Amino acid sequence: MPQLLPPVTLPNLTQNQKPPQIEDIELRLFLEAVFLKYHYDFRGYALASIKRRLLQACQKYECATFSDLQGLILRDPALMAELLAYLTVQVSELFRDPSYFRAIREKVVPHLKTYPSLKVWVAGCSTGEELYSMAILFREEGLEERTMFYATDINPEALKQAQAGVYSIDRIQTFTENHRQSGGKSSLSDYYTAAYGWATFDKSLRARTVFSDHSLATDAVFAETQFVSCRNVLIYFNRPLQTRAIGLFHESLSRNGFLGLGSRETLRFTSYADEFTEFSYGDRLYQKRGEG
Amino acid sequence: MTGPFAPTAVVIGASAGGLKALSEILPHLPADYPLPIMVVVHIPPDKPSLIASLFDDKCAMVVSEAEDKEMIEGGHIYFAAPDYHLLVEKEGCLSLSADEEVLYSRPSIDLLFESAADAYEAGLIGIILSGANEDGAAGLRRIVFEGGRALVQTPETAMAQAMPEAALKACPSALSLSPSELLAELKEAGDSCLNA
Repeated sequence: MPQLLPPVTLPNLTQNQKPPQIEDIELRLFLEAVFLKYHYDFRGYALASIKRRLLQACQKYECATFSDLQGLILRDPALMAELLAYLTVQVSELFRDPSYFRAIREKVVPHLKTYPSLKVWVAGCSTGEELYSMAILFREEGLEERTMFYATDINPEALKQAQAGVYSIDRIQTFTENHRQSGGKSSLSDYYTAAYGWATFDKSLRARTVFSDHSLATDAVFAETQFVSCRNVLIYFNRPLQTRAIGLFHESLSRNGFLGLGSRETLRFTSYADEFTEFSYGDRLYQKRGEG
Repeated sequence: MTGPFAPTAVVIGASAGGLKALSEILPHLPADYPLPIMVVVHIPPDKPSLIASLFDDKCAMVVSEAEDKEMIEGGHIYFAAPDYHLLVEKEGCLSLSADEEVLYSRPSIDLLFESAADAYEAGLIGIILSGANEDGAAGLRRIVFEGGRALVQTPETAMAQAMPEAALKACPSALSLSPSELLAELKEAGDSCLNA
């Protein structure tokens, strides 16, 4: 008697394991296509946010579906460059969350002062606000001359803007107030010249900075660092990609090196939670544990 | 395919005057309330919000400010953090975003409602409370579109009426209820979830 095959058991589909909608299938295929053609890897991004951004892009380029947009993007590299602006976020300020920078001054700087030379990595630097904040802070604290900064992002257009260091003058009031609240020891106006509605930051601030194209999703570690600041970047990643990024920071940081995250970001949901101590948890500053 | 309404989650949007309505609802839900509740209240971006700790003291349910990539659990109330959008991911966790403001708001009610509607589809209950702008109207319409339930605080019972009025205009099928009636609806949804 032929043996009967066991009955097929269908998976018990709960609310969060429903079969994906067509739109979500198209979204995944779109991200796959972008990766295969352009090597920008958004496949590990948190989908709720990227879906919304791509729906906006569909509207702008008059595409009814993600599949339509995919057809356009695959054949038009210039469009991909434009699309990067939709997919990567460029909302920041100088000294955003002043308490973060105050905590760096008061708690991290005393440690950094014990090093003869320092490397600082601003990961996901976007248009450079975080880099200039850090450079100004390091100058004020007397650390600039021993420090090398790496400012990395996946968006070449954002990196260009970061390198230029030019911001609309109507943002300066917020920047100035943030700087003051961060415990700034000088006047922010010492660091820029204003003309024709734009504030141009002093190029000496980036004299010790290497700007570089680097992806937390696909690239490897490039240097040993003592301080990594990566704020409001990880929130756009899903858990596995967050874990990859934190893994890079962990590998890059020297023993007892510091990691700064955004004010609502945490290591708690990554597998690296035990590899760092909460150095100043309220400020989201972590310290890599020394071995043994 | 239309079966009986099977609720899986609740989202609430509140702005000016909304805290009063919230305090007439949330503290009266039991500790074992089975549904998760995500709440956006418009608050100033530059200071730490006391809302979560305020309601934690008053509520039997667990209350916290949402953390990025936190798993969503029943019996838990999540308040959006100031200056971040709060979104629901389909794999059942919360995501934060620092994207630009929507209708001058971050957190945005529309963004929470739209992402939650996408994730929970017909299982979602959306509630718009008192407020002085139009945030939430588009999000509530999206919830209705996905087959979820739309509830709006009766404008006459709201301190600021613009937000409930805009929501009712956008969603003519939404039920207009007082805070105590909203509470009764939520309790009933919890019971039907427990008995499902």
